[in-house]
Amino acid sequence: MADLATTFAGIRSSNPFWLASAPPTDKAYNVVRAFEAGWGGVVWKTLGEDPPIVNTCSRYGAVRYKGSPFAGFNNIELITDRPLDVNLAEIRQVKRDRPDRALVVSLMVPCVEQSWKQILTQVEDTGCDGVELNFGCPHGMSERNMGSAVGQVPEYVEMVTNWCKQHSRLPVIVKLTPNITNILAPAEAAKRGGADAVSLINTLQSITGVDLDLMAPEPVVDGKGTHGGYCGPAVKPVALHMVADIARGLPGLPISGIGGIGTWRDAAEFIALGAGTVQVCSAAMHYGFRIVSDMIDGLSNWMDVKGYRGIEDFRGRATANYVHWSDLNLNWKTIARIDPGLCIRCGLCYIACEDTSHQAIAALREDGRRRYEVIDAECVGCNLCLHVCPVDGCITMEPQPMSGPKITWNEHPNNPLRQVAAE
Amino acid sequence: MKDMGESASYLDRTRLASVFAEAHPPLDHHPALVEASRCYFCYDAPCVEACPTAINIPQFIRQIASGNLRGSAHTILAENILGGSCARVCPTEVLCQQACVRNAEEGRPIEIGALQRHATDWLMHHEPTPFTRAPTTGRRVAVVGAGPAGLACAHRLALHGHDAVIFDAKPKPGGLNEYGIAAYKLVDDFAQREVDFILSVGGVTIEHEKSLGSDFDLASLRRTFDAVFLGLGLAGVRALDALGETFAGVRDAVDFIAELRQAGPDAPPTIGRRVVVIGGGNTAIDAATQSRLLGAEEVTIVYRRGPEHMSATGKEQRWAQVNGVVIRHWATPTRLLGSPAVTGVEFERTRADDAGRLTVTGERFVIEADTVLKAIGQTFVPDPLRMPDGVALVVEEGRIRVDADRLTSIAGVYAGGDCVAGEDLTVRAVQDGKLAAEAIHRYLAG
Ligand SMILES: Cc1cc2nc3c(=O)[nH]c(=O)nc-3n(C[C@H](O)[C@H](O)[C@H](O)COP(=O)(O)OP(=O)(O)OC[C@H]3O[C@@H](n4cnc5c(N)ncnc54)[C@H](O)[C@@H]3O)c2cc1C
Ligand SMILES: Cc1cc2nc3c(=O)[nH]c(=O)nc-3n(C[C@H](O)[C@H](O)[C@H](O)COP(=O)(O)O)c2cc1C
Ligand code: SF4
Repeated sequence: MADLATTFAGIRSSNPFWLASAPPTDKAYNVVRAFEAGWGGVVWKTLGEDPPIVNTCSRYGAVRYKGSPFAGFNNIELITDRPLDVNLAEIRQVKRDRPDRALVVSLMVPCVEQSWKQILTQVEDTGCDGVELNFGCPHGMSERNMGSAVGQVPEYVEMVTNWCKQHSRLPVIVKLTPNITNILAPAEAAKRGGADAVSLINTLQSITGVDLDLMAPEPVVDGKGTHGGYCGPAVKPVALHMVADIARGLPGLPISGIGGIGTWRDAAEFIALGAGTVQVCSAAMHYGFRIVSDMIDGLSNWMDVKGYRGIEDFRGRATANYVHWSDLNLNWKTIARIDPGLCIRCGLCYIACEDTSHQAIAALREDGRRRYEVIDAECVGCNLCLHVCPVDGCITMEPQPMSGPKITWNEHPNNPLRQVAAE
Repeated sequence: MKDMGESASYLDRTRLASVFAEAHPPLDHHPALVEASRCYFCYDAPCVEACPTAINIPQFIRQIASGNLRGSAHTILAENILGGSCARVCPTEVLCQQACVRNAEEGRPIEIGALQRHATDWLMHHEPTPFTRAPTTGRRVAVVGAGPAGLACAHRLALHGHDAVIFDAKPKPGGLNEYGIAAYKLVDDFAQREVDFILSVGGVTIEHEKSLGSDFDLASLRRTFDAVFLGLGLAGVRALDALGETFAGVRDAVDFIAELRQAGPDAPPTIGRRVVVIGGGNTAIDAATQSRLLGAEEVTIVYRRGPEHMSATGKEQRWAQVNGVVIRHWATPTRLLGSPAVTGVEFERTRADDAGRLTVTGERFVIEADTVLKAIGQTFVPDPLRMPDGVALVVEEGRIRVDADRLTSIAGVYAGGDCVAGEDLTVRAVQDGKLAAEAIHRYLAG
């Protein structure tokens, strides 16, 4: 049986599944239940200075896609709304009761050295395993020059990380905001500041929808709305990309992957791109803590099938295959194949290719029965038909003999800036 | 419940209510959205081809999913103005839903009929007709028959600006929607509500209890109107040719159903204890099922061929069976027993020979019965078409002959629905009426 135990930035946990800093980790009651359900660790809901912040009524928005709820999730909540000493006392108690689980505490205080020093001393005293610096919250806190207001300025990221490393012996994880053009800039700043690890992503600035009767963005608070933070299944591709960029650009920096993770497969993808642990928020808010049991079981079964004994056996294996576009082989060729036995004759591949791609699918009738067939000479192997087809395995992309040796854009004659091999 | 008397038990009462209760209740808002979201929005969709009125099904379902119920209903009604009753009575399992690509994928088609009902019900509850008439042309068209064919034709003519006058022999409009279709398919007086909805566009008047053949003839209609549409349905009932057809207790299933439909739950017709229904179509199923629900102890449908040959679909056969009806196949009636009242029916077993032809085997059996309902098919009665000038409308294989435009052998006279060749279905009648109206419109313009 595969061993799921991890050591991340010096913090040990029985499995790589942590709950992200958010409502699921808001208080002892939730965290204890999460540990009972099997979560390897939690990042406690972000603490701040007293007096606590105040939350609104109506806090969440969600995107429903084709009848499926929760395709994307958005919130306008702030950091913890409970007094600091209450949180600290609970953290101390939980850590004492469950020393085997990872307990990291998320922090956000103003950009003043004394403030960070003060809270770090108090937090360290609880016996927790590490701290996570919340440089990501994109609403409410950023207007007060905290959260993503810090995360968007690499100099601040470096400065605050530096303070934390000076004033605490705990591992420091810097949680990054995705509301930025190049994730490497704040990641490098965190590294320069001495961060033990980064975690990402926090939420994306968003408006999930507009109430067309009230004429206000959702969620609506007394007739008004504000932008919130977007998360859930819809943000996973954004998170994977950012994790991969850091894994490739800053090898060796531990990464805790976050964003749209709900199954062991999602988690395995993050780990394959370099993450050492993963954190989950929305999926737990959707279904409860019980989702972790299949995450553990499924990951372990898959690892057994693949022959991976531990997380490190496959962590980062996909990173080497994450290359720049200009390094892709332009002579690689595939052609779509439609399996007539599986085809249900919905015509979706046909109309997609005909109207918006390469007119490479023929719509035929044989004895009145529809048949769709790829016109090999026209197919550019774009995969569109494959993606619009509702039937698993009906359309496949069949590799073709290459018309010549591997050639990348860097070497291609059409590239005015091509690198010509030295003679 | 006067016929049931004081002794009517609770069971009788609830059972009776179920005769008139809806067999398939409508979808609520949320299940409708979930069902609509299952649709793949196929291109060149097979379901559209399988709908006799060619409703743009993927489009109307997408409109339900997007929350545009008005648009959805409009998409439906633009092709089929009786989309509301078709949503309830169409045997979708052999029409649109049979063609759904989801069958091939997972054996469960989209519930197209239920979704169609969802959209049309919404519109009929919340909005007036979405149609407006073209400026009036002053042309007048006579429509004989206020069944689905006649109504669809008159509505389409009205949209084109012509005035339609419908003549119907019966006191109420709707044709078999009012007098034939099983009560549990069209509850709450839906047939009349739909007629009101259709007429609300204007330009259509109905003359009740006016019969072609007795109150006027085809020649006079041709003289006084610019064109004529015949949507007469089938007035005759096939005879059994089994000795004893005049015994008391032997009657036509269609009449029995019509009586039941008109009586309603307060004064339902009485039914015997042992009922034999002869036939294999919708009428047999409905007559048998409703006999059971009315309290008959034993109800047997006897059909001369196998289940796959019955014109009632598999779903309808199962519906009768779950209601306690026994269906016996491969037997044909040879003799009715009794006198003056029927006491049973003698049958002879049948089989198909190697060429598929029906033959009798000589083996006989008797089913005791105090009521025998004949449902072996309706026939077209051409008598009302007779004209004094001797000119006759051509009738072929028992139905009025028409071309693709639904034009009969006489210029300016069109026909459609059950009285012309084709499947005897509400939706087909609607399509005929629609096509004929378009042809009449072109004829009047020409
Ligand atoms: C018992 C039964 C159950 C059925 N169930 C279904 C079902 O579940 N689903 C389905 O799709 N189809 C069903 N059908 C078939 C469907 O009802 C018919 O196909 C459809 O009604 C045909 O429409 P129509 O307009 O041609 O004729 P009809 O509905 O028969 O209308 C004809 C109209 O013409 C009038 N008329 C007739 N002669 C004259 C005259 N000389 N002068 C003036 N008016 C006249 C009649 O009064 C009637 O109103 C059923 C039929 C029966 C009998
Ligand atoms: C309601 C809500 C509140 C959150 N509060 C915090 C917070 O206090 N601190 C923090 O670092 N992230 C917070 N987040 C962000 C999550 O920790 C996580 O980064 C994000 O939701 C992406 O993960 P997911 O797709 O699994 O939800 C919050 C998210 C939600 C939905
Ligand atoms: S792969 Fe692209 S070009 Fe080829 S058939 Fe499919 S959609 Fe058309």
